[in-house]
Formats: sequence, structure tokens, C-alpha cells
Amino acid sequence: MNQELLRVENLKKYFPVTEGLVLQRTVGHVQAVDGISFTIKNGETLGLVGESGCGKTTTSKLILRLEKPTDGNIYLDGEDIQSFRGDSLQEFRTQVQAVFQDPWSSLSPRMKVKDIVSEALVVNRNVSQKEKDDRVEEVLTQVGLHKGQGELYPHEFSGGQRQRVAVASALASYPKLIILDEPVSALDVSIRAQVMNLLVDLQRETGVAFLLVAHNLATVRYMAHHTAVMYLGQIVEYGPTEELYENPLHPYTQALFSAALPAHPDDQRDEIVLTGEVPSPINPPSGCRFHPRCPFAMDRCSVEVPLQLDKGNGHLVTCHLHE
Amino acid sequence: MSNNDVILQVNDLHTYFFNRRGITKAVDGISFSLRQGETLGIVGESGCGKTMTALSLLGLIPKPGARIVSGEIILDGEDLVQKNKQEMREIRGRKISMILQDPQTSLNPVFSIGNQVIEAFSINEHGNRKSMINRAVEALRNVRVAAPESRMKDYPHQMSGGMKQRVIGAISIASSPQVIIADEPTTALDVTIQLQYLRLLKEIQSETGLAIIFITHDFGIVARMCDRVAVMYAGRIVETADVRNLFNKPSHPYTQALMGSVPQMDRTDRLVAIDGQPPALWDLPEGCRFADRCSHVRQRCHQGYPDMLRVEDDHLASCWMLDESWSNTDQEVTE
Repeated sequence: MNQELLRVENLKKYFPVTEGLVLQRTVGHVQAVDGISFTIKNGETLGLVGESGCGKTTTSKLILRLEKPTDGNIYLDGEDIQSFRGDSLQEFRTQVQAVFQDPWSSLSPRMKVKDIVSEALVVNRNVSQKEKDDRVEEVLTQVGLHKGQGELYPHEFSGGQRQRVAVASALASYPKLIILDEPVSALDVSIRAQVMNLLVDLQRETGVAFLLVAHNLATVRYMAHHTAVMYLGQIVEYGPTEELYENPLHPYTQALFSAALPAHPDDQRDEIVLTGEVPSPINPPSGCRFHPRCPFAMDRCSVEVPLQLDKGNGHLVTCHLHE
Repeated sequence: MSNNDVILQVNDLHTYFFNRRGITKAVDGISFSLRQGETLGIVGESGCGKTMTALSLLGLIPKPGARIVSGEIILDGEDLVQKNKQEMREIRGRKISMILQDPQTSLNPVFSIGNQVIEAFSINEHGNRKSMINRAVEALRNVRVAAPESRMKDYPHQMSGGMKQRVIGAISIASSPQVIIADEPTTALDVTIQLQYLRLLKEIQSETGLAIIFITHDFGIVARMCDRVAVMYAGRIVETADVRNLFNKPSHPYTQALMGSVPQMDRTDRLVAIDGQPPALWDLPEGCRFADRCSHVRQRCHQGYPDMLRVEDDHLASCWMLDESWSNTDQEVTE
């Protein structure tokens, strides 16, 4: 079980910024993802947290091969995903699936649920009608719907049920990795727990790995085995979820955790209020990218780029304070 | 606290939609009061009527289609339900105002920030252009917009979400209202920006004595911001209490379930999910509206809607379990 499934090495994605309508000149680059590395093991969940614009979604698109990286490599089961062509690419498409945030826009309104669910199978593998129907029935049951509901259209479902349909369709092609991009944030509070529990149960049953992209820290705490904190296209801290939440080391992680809302009115904590906002990724700050907002910034932080340090137990942090 | 502090009193408010499906009871008999300087949280899921409650208070319910069927909204001694369109225009902004959820859509994209803040002031007062500009700069400074003079000429697209939400804050308190309704003002913001904004609202409140109605689905925001809470379900308030009482002793099964279904930063035990979904507002059951999802349900719950019953001082919940005769009720559970 505990084999490495996905390895991401020094991944970069720069989007060009252009000027002019006809003769477009490149005037700069948005450094959406700038040199990140991590691994995901079979049957494990990696949580990716960070504020909007930190590169979480670009990372998940790169892994889905919906974007081409500027530099760096992504290996699935030891094979470079950029090398896949033809049949091997189709196989890859069945191996890595995604569930998106908004179940109102991610399901085609013109397709029946059974066709949505089986699409990844039909497109990428040669399956008979019977195999298809059996698999649809199986996954619909797994996500807590009944097979008759395969004949319905998405508009006939509520939000939570739609997200179940989205999970079923990701699951249908026996994937090894599912990318969950904010899977519960569009759902109602009472429905969120249903879907989170479903995902945790499915992982236990099928051994699928998840890359969970979320901004809600408690959601990540609940579901993820490892957590990576991103800031401006870089991973500033990485570690086993338990360890990272108990003992956050990077000032950004600490600020992020302190900004999480309390569970009880008497739950007083020291709130670290960050000044300002995330700077533009077109022209990121020199040295440590967090230094303009960091309450502990030193002189060297604006000059020297900090290196990733191992603080034991697989807890990695990129900060001068911990050298 | 004396009753004299009460500036807003809502009594048995009913706002219904009339359409092909029949009558949709979006707000179905809501009562609450709000004191000066107090923050009341209205918590509930989408479709429970919290936004329609806010729009009813502002006289902004969609017309035709929706109508306030009965009830009173007493603001500063006057019943807003009886006011006509023109009178409501006078009241909106000056006495009661609102901050909406999405900062991207609540500002006009073709006018500069300065223009829109000045517009908010010019409803109330007239002065020369220069003094209005100064007032607007001051208002932006009050909501901690950095370098407000240079920001005045910016357009909404040049600002981040957090900044825009601050500008909207400045606009809504421009004419010093007594009550402000904040409808999920931070859901579109990042956590670190959310914290900045919540702190700002608290600061403004302590400076001006503003009363805030905070509409949210997030118990974390309630714990951080509110003095009192009303939990809504399917168009009605099912529990109301002082914030500490509510967290210490949630008494309505819905409140309990909702709190149990929220993941916390410091624990990872399995979440208690609430099965099913809220009932459709055009086809409400006769009895308790939560009965179909409730784990304590008995025959009686389907027969009649429970009154607001006392849990402790300043803490009411509408659940038959609080009734003295509950333990004698037959135990039969209906499917």
C-alpha cells in the first residue's frame, strides 16, 4: 500500500503577461507555481492549503496534465506524465481524476447521470455496455445514491447529491489519484460533513489517493495525512498533518492558523494579523517571498532566499528563523 | 440591560413568495430584538430565510412576487412595514444599511471608488465638491484603506477583494446608520483578510455604537463576533440565546447537529453528518420542520410545531424535548 504514487519535482509554471493587441510582446511572467516538490503515497491524502492566488489550482491542473509545466517533472508510478502519448495518455486519464468545487457547473446539464459517471470509462477504455452499466451501478451505490438515479439529469439533484455524482464519475475508471479542488466549499454546512465522511470512507475502501486543495484549514486537518502550505507559488512548510497543526513553524503558517475562527466564544487566542495582502506573483518580493508581511522579518530575509530545512519527522520548513 | 436600548424590534414577521408553486414561506414568523452596540448573529443554511429576513428589514424584497404578509419591524419607534417606497429610501442608508456577500458585484465597475463613496454622502448632505472629497478620504481612512487620497481615483477592478469590501463598509456607514446588516461579508475573502475585516468591524462598532446583524453559516464567525445568536431553519428561528449559552448548551437538535458537523482545527474525530435536506419552503410539514432529519423524533413532532420553550434565562429553543410532558410522550418513532 505505502508505495509512492506521485512525485512532483521542482515544478514551475510561468504564464506570460503580454502587451499589445496584434503584435503581442511578453512583458513579464506570472510565476504561478515556482519550484515545488512533494510526493503522495498510495491511499494517502495530501492537503494543499494557501490563500487565493498562491498556485494551488495551477498545481492541480499541472498534475491533471491540463497545463504544460515550464520546468520540472511530475511522475506517476515512476513514469513522467509528459511522456504519455496515445494509449498511454488515455490510460493516464483514467488513473488521475478530479472533483471540482462547484457541482452546478461541473456536471453537464444535458447528460444523464449514468452517462456522466461512465464517461471517463467509455472515452478511455473499451468497455461493453454491460461492463459500463455494472460499473455505474457499483459506483452510484458506493457514493450513497441508488442505481435508478442514473436515469436522472443533474438538475434533479440537490447540491450534496450532485457532488456525490461528481465523486462517482471520478471514481468510475478505477483511478489511483483523485484531485479534490475545494470539494465541499460550495456546499451547505450540514451537507459538507456528509461529503467529507463519504470521501474518507471511499479512500479506506478503494485505496485511492487524494490531492486535497482547500483553503479551509479544518477540512484539511480532518481529511489529510500530509499537509503542504503554499504561499506565492512556493511550498513554505510541509509535514505530517498532525505534526504541522500541533507545531507550525513558518510564520505564515502560524498566521494562517491564528486567523482560523474559534470553536467557542471563550476560545481566546493570539491573533497574528498580517498587514497588507499577498503581493503580485508577476513581481514577487526578493529573498523570502513572505518577508514584506512577516512579523519576524530580519535584514537577510529580503536578500537571501531561504532553503528548505528538515526539522525531523518529515517536517520541512523554508524560513531563516529555523536555521 | 433595559428595554430602552432596543433599537430594532421585529415581531412575528412573515415574508412569502407567491408564484406558480403556490406560497413559498421564506420567512415564517420571526421575532427578535436588537440593542444598541450589540451584534446579533443569524445562523442557518442556504434557503433557510436569513437573507430574506435581511431584505425584509431593508424593504428590498423582490417585487412583484414577494410580500410581507404580516408582522412588524419597529426601528427607532417606527414600523418599517407601513412605510411606502419613498419613505424607505429615506430610511435606508441613514438608519439601516447593509454589506453584501460579494464585493465583486456590489460596487459599480464604471465609477471610481471616490465617486461611489461621495455618492453615499451626498444622499444626506450637500456641500462643495472639495469638502465632499475630504469627507470621502476621511471615510476611507476610517476603514483603514492605505493611502486613501490616491485610492479615490481607482476603479473597483484595481482593488483586491478585501479592499473592495472595506470600501463597501465605508459606503454603508457613510450616513451613520444605527443598524447595519452584514450578509456573509467575509465568505468571498481569504482567511487572513477575513480576520483583518472582522477586526475592523469590531473597531468601528466600538467607536460608533453601531448595532450589527451578522448573517452567516459559520459558527466560527458567530463565536468570534456575536453577542447573541438566532439559529434559523426552514423560515423560522429554532433557537436563540446569548452566544456563550448557545455554545455551552446547544438545545435544539438542529443546532447540536450543525455544530457537530463542522470540522475543528484541534480534533479529528468523525464528523456527525445530518442526513437528508431541509424541507421545501412551499411544501412545509405541519409539525416540526426538522423532524425528518432529527434523531430524537417522536410521533408528537409530526403533529404540531413546538413553541419557543425556555432552556435557561435568555435562551429559548423550539423543540418538544424541552416540554415537561416529553418524557411521557409515546416513544413510537414514525418512518
